[in-house]
Amino acid sequence: MTPPLALTALPQEQVATTPNPGGNALLDLVNKIGPPEWIPDWIVALHAVGAGVGILIGIVSLIAMYSVWMERKVSGHMQCRLGPMYAGGWHGWAQTIADGVKLLMKEDMIPTGADRVLFIIAPGIVLASIFGALVAFPISYDFYFARMDLGIFMILALGSTTTIGVIMAGWASNSKWSLYGAMREAAQVIAYEIPLGLALMAPLITLGTFSLLDASALQSDWFGMKWAIFTNPANLPAFVIFWIAALAETKRAPFDLPEAESELVAGFLTEYSGIRWSFFFMEEYAAMFLMSVIAAMFWFGGFESPATWALRSAGVEGGIFFGAVCFVTLVIKAFAGVFLMMWLRWTLPRVRIDQVMTMGYKYLTPLALLCVLIAAVSEAVKSLLF
Amino acid sequence: MNQDVLLQRGFYTIVALAGLGAMGAGLSSWGPAGLAFALFAFLTLAGALVCIWERSVVRSAFALMATFTGVAGFFALLGADFLAMAQILIYVGGILALILFGVMLTPPDMGERKLTRIGWATAIIGGGFAFVAVRVGGKVGSWAASPDELPAMETKARDIGIAFLHPEQYVVAFELAAYLLTVALVAAVYIARRRTGDFQLQEGQMEERA
Repeated sequence: MTPPLALTALPQEQVATTPNPGGNALLDLVNKIGPPEWIPDWIVALHAVGAGVGILIGIVSLIAMYSVWMERKVSGHMQCRLGPMYAGGWHGWAQTIADGVKLLMKEDMIPTGADRVLFIIAPGIVLASIFGALVAFPISYDFYFARMDLGIFMILALGSTTTIGVIMAGWASNSKWSLYGAMREAAQVIAYEIPLGLALMAPLITLGTFSLLDASALQSDWFGMKWAIFTNPANLPAFVIFWIAALAETKRAPFDLPEAESELVAGFLTEYSGIRWSFFFMEEYAAMFLMSVIAAMFWFGGFESPATWALRSAGVEGGIFFGAVCFVTLVIKAFAGVFLMMWLRWTLPRVRIDQVMTMGYKYLTPLALLCVLIAAVSEAVKSLLF
Repeated sequence: MNQDVLLQRGFYTIVALAGLGAMGAGLSSWGPAGLAFALFAFLTLAGALVCIWERSVVRSAFALMATFTGVAGFFALLGADFLAMAQILIYVGGILALILFGVMLTPPDMGERKLTRIGWATAIIGGGFAFVAVRVGGKVGSWAASPDELPAMETKARDIGIAFLHPEQYVVAFELAAYLLTVALVAAVYIARRRTGDFQLQEGQMEERA
């Protein structure tokens, strides 16, 4: 049974698929080195997975740490002050390390009347789900933790489970501020998951793939500037909707209602202290980075830039140098997104909860649906014309 | 320490030990696939048991998270990555958050939740039937797979999409489901909308009370 013509015309053949779908680059590397015969395969596989998890946690912790430092510097300069200047020497670069050490040494408090089990596992669930989502984050074309066809779907799915951890934290704290924060988080995330997913549909229709690596490879023409945001008229409004929804999903100001310090003390974070509290912070910054990576991958060309194009046309493709250029390109784009989030945070005042709901349900969802429609129609027109 | 708490702790200890035992057995007989299978089976079953055993409604709801994640793990183990992700996105991220939103304002301890005799009888008979059906089906049916022949994770999203939109396959069912969901959304908005008389009614009640 052959699919109808309209479906076969999808850009199936132009997808520059990298080899070994569903693989793990570390496992390939280990197999290339060739472990001794007497070690069973599954022990090798488990160790490769463990090493991958270790690298991932290291990268994410570094990114979260320097996002915190960046946030303080950005907010400082936006308020005409300098921010941290002392720790470490150069512009207070070691401030977050010092903070981390302080948080580790703080007393671990669990309030009386709290649900001890849930109180303890809630930060773990929050952190585990964001790390699970980051498994789909590729370092370069040749180095990835898991290359899967459904990368973006997996990020959205696992990223949405952080909500459960936040609700758990709010309920287990046995404090009314925490409970209100958790209620707001649940309402807000349910409302904004719909426009987030729908707005993402526009570049997905343009590119025709769920995979982050394929999406990046499809945007490599036009001297590395054939970014999805330029190739379809619906993608720019879709990006704006996605960005607003991403701010709401990551609980960033102006949508930081779950923690709203002027109304709810600190919302679901009120009763947390020490390292457990810092887990929530790490999740927030990792989620910001992840949302920016999604935006960079599906709207702004992913690994592709004039630099990668120049290297490719000079015949340098594959190898460590090309991979490093890819990674640096992606990280620069992602940190531009993180900076945009910080800029918005220190510019806009917090919105009220009814404004949040109105915006999510009445405006963003229909607009996102309209974007999907326009994207699909213009893709159809493009396939007729060219 | 009262008897209930002791009973509960004993129950959790037994469940945890059973899970550890199952994981060890799985690892020793089928390697990593067996370990993963035992882990997901433990998550699913323990989550369900805690869900019906816990006295607090909210804790029951949180236990469902383990069950949903375990089922998603089974899908992933069978190579259906799209189903696994959809399971997590819809059940954990959506439905469970909705359930929690509904039950979060209940008190932490609702008191005892006792099954009636009819409830016990139904549970035992139903469980027995399910057990027998699975045993017999596993012997007779074609779905008695061993972990050695687990399928690899393959690209399926495109096939699923084409199957949904293919005129000879599932396009009618797909469209019908879409219409059903649209009707449900419109109906929800209709039920929840603010009627024009609402405010006057409220004011009238206020006057009555005064």
